[in-house]
Amino acid sequence: MIKSELVQKIAEANPHLYQRDVENIIEAILDEITMALARGDRVELRGFGAFSVKSRPARMGRNPRTGEQVRVSEKVVPYFKTGKEMRDRLNAPRR
Amino acid sequence: MSISRRLLTPGLPTNIVEIQMDRTAEKRGALMAGGKTLTRADLSEVVYQKVGLSRTESAALVELVLKEISESLARGEHVKLSSFGSFIVRSKGRRIGRNPKTGEEVPIEPRRVMVFKPSNIMKARINDGKARS
Repeated sequence: MIKSELVQKIAEANPHLYQRDVENIIEAILDEITMALARGDRVELRGFGAFSVKSRPARMGRNPRTGEQVRVSEKVVPYFKTGKEMRDRLNAPRR
Repeated sequence: MSISRRLLTPGLPTNIVEIQMDRTAEKRGALMAGGKTLTRADLSEVVYQKVGLSRTESAALVELVLKEISESLARGEHVKLSSFGSFIVRSKGRRIGRNPKTGEEVPIEPRRVMVFKPSNIMKARINDGKARS
């Protein structure tokens, strides 16, 4: 499923909303999650999972082609941990 | 603390270790300063403020978005949300695990797991304005 299909499903279930509104709603949700992570906050969605950030320290890397040493500066990476209910649903016998 | 860190990485020139240390401390501070946990309620509030639906309806829509995503994943589909990231379902084969406490071998049956792969846009936005050399 891609974003436009998600928009369509939600628009179908809510005929009183314009497709534009549904797009804005989904954008608002995703944007808020990203901004929260950029602030260093966590986003915990019970039953689904939790987004957080982890910091990776600066390290000396190597350009694999030239073998030259390069400094890789510290960075922050997003991390997602699947919620318990979601994990169970992925493995529930289907049908 | 800086002494023990230096001893742990004897191979690195001292100045680099020190730069690394400073940054880590700085970042840890920044993360602590954020350090809040957002929930569905916070997302509903954003929808309420940005889209102008009632609070009740905003909450219901946040729930519906999560429900649609979860159902798609439960069907084994991948969910790709451009500029955000992708949720991918992976099937893992059977393997032998070990109870770390008792050392006892236990079989881990085949199962499905889901991983989140952040988009480059998200990664860039999260690192924006943060420590860079």
